[in-house]
Amino acid sequence: MGDWQFFALLLSNGILIGLMYSLIALGFVLVYKATDAINFAQGEFVMIAGFVVVGFLISYGAPLWLSLVAALLAMIAFGFGLERAMLRKLIGRPIIAVVMATIGLAAVLRGLGPLLWGADTKPLVLPIGDEPILLEPLFIPPIQLVGATVSLLFLGLFGWFFLKSRKGIAMRAVADSQQVAMAMGINVERYFALAWAMTGVVSALGGVIWGNMLGVDVHLSLVGLKVFPVVILGGLDSIPGAIVGGLIVGVVENVAAGYIDPFVGGGTKDFAPYVVMIIALMVRPYGIFGKQIIERV
Amino acid sequence: MLSLNNVEVIYDGVILVLKGVSLGVREGGITTLLGANGAGKTTTLKAISGLLRSERGEVTKGSIEFGDARIDRLPPHDIVKRGIVQVFEGRRVFEHLTTEENLVAGAHIQADRRRVGEGIERVYGYFPRLRERRAVQAGYLSGGEQQMLVIGRALMANPHVMLLDEPSLGLAPMLVEEIFAIVQQMNRQERLTVLLVEQNAALALTIAEHGYVMENGRVVLEGTAEALRENADIKEFYLGLTEVGAKKSYRDVKHYKRRKRWLS
Repeated sequence: MGDWQFFALLLSNGILIGLMYSLIALGFVLVYKATDAINFAQGEFVMIAGFVVVGFLISYGAPLWLSLVAALLAMIAFGFGLERAMLRKLIGRPIIAVVMATIGLAAVLRGLGPLLWGADTKPLVLPIGDEPILLEPLFIPPIQLVGATVSLLFLGLFGWFFLKSRKGIAMRAVADSQQVAMAMGINVERYFALAWAMTGVVSALGGVIWGNMLGVDVHLSLVGLKVFPVVILGGLDSIPGAIVGGLIVGVVENVAAGYIDPFVGGGTKDFAPYVVMIIALMVRPYGIFGKQIIERV
Repeated sequence: MLSLNNVEVIYDGVILVLKGVSLGVREGGITTLLGANGAGKTTTLKAISGLLRSERGEVTKGSIEFGDARIDRLPPHDIVKRGIVQVFEGRRVFEHLTTEENLVAGAHIQADRRRVGEGIERVYGYFPRLRERRAVQAGYLSGGEQQMLVIGRALMANPHVMLLDEPSLGLAPMLVEEIFAIVQQMNRQERLTVLLVEQNAALALTIAEHGYVMENGRVVLEGTAEALRENADIKEFYLGLTEVGAKKSYRDVKHYKRRKRWLS
């Protein structure tokens, strides 16, 4: 295999994986955009969704479609419930209160998952096979193709929602100024709940796809760690930013792992995105597409 | 039609801001609320629109009635649905939304899609300049355009009553006159009731029919605009005129400082 073929392989894998990061980052961005809350439990959301799917599949012997629908509904309900029970009470409090609350939530969920569904790694099997699709010189695992397609679909869907629909415009209005949105008759709390429910949807999708690739156990929540470089690179509140950030992180970690791992014995994948993130923070603190603070002089 | 009866507002459970304010807003008219900084004008508007709660304020005594119903316990979105909409001071546009998106957001309570399009056309009719700037992010509009946008955005909710908070703040005199003329035009054409809070008393009293003067959380004076314009205290303290009616000049020796007659 020639040099450029190796590179093309790393690149294609990075792009597909990156799109799947984008999908999970989207959940984070939705919540931050609408409610200003930073959700440190994003990875745990994904893990819980994975647990629900395998719970239905294995423990109850439910068919796959039912398990997927159940996970989707469960995560929407989870998002709604969480907003009502925990985050609504924190409105108007300092941002650090919300941050600490979600960090605490993450720890609780990491404990609760194995407690309810068991600590062993469970397979999440999807009927798509695992024979890689060969496209000389590339070979692509089918799950990555499915994952990337689903990600693109939902990124497009949410992008349309925010740009074109009236509800999406209202949600951006809430993000811009809660008080003014209230004065326009917008029920701000309802949009907060909607944002969390959307995060639930995204997490359910992520849980299925990542659960299939990694198996479902508590380590599935580590996917959430990749969300931070993605959103910092792209901008905390930008959907295009989530896509671009995801692609950059996916490509960087794959290329870095491909070229550096043989010399250092592995692990590059996990820290390379963070190195890029730190550099990005120094150069462009609000991300590539992040909301710039408009100041007229 | 809209009336406040002996309203008391307390912030944070301890700070008494309104000390029993009573006022009435006549249907189809322009009523103005005058007063210096910190007199409680903005708080009065927020008490009406239900936005006090987002700032930890509360109507603790008295009542606010609109039509036949009490509205002082309703959440802000219900009050907007009943037809009262507040325009904040300081041109609070949604900065990251375009001009047109701001208008769409203003029509949030409008269920019918087509009516939103009609509403936008109506606003562009009043403020043709906004049409030219429809795709611009509102944060980059000029001050005058932003003031037009927030008034237009409030109009999108199809209100019966518009609570207008200091539309003249920080704008060039010519722009202020233009905006006041449009407010007057909206009042006549749409039979829009306006409660106008202003520090520019001279201008407010030319377009309003009725006025109230607030100080220290109380209404200290009320009357028709004409009567207020002629009131000696208003002339001295708000219009900058001496008793003779001539412009005040610092060359004249001042023999005594006029005391406000409404304070006892």
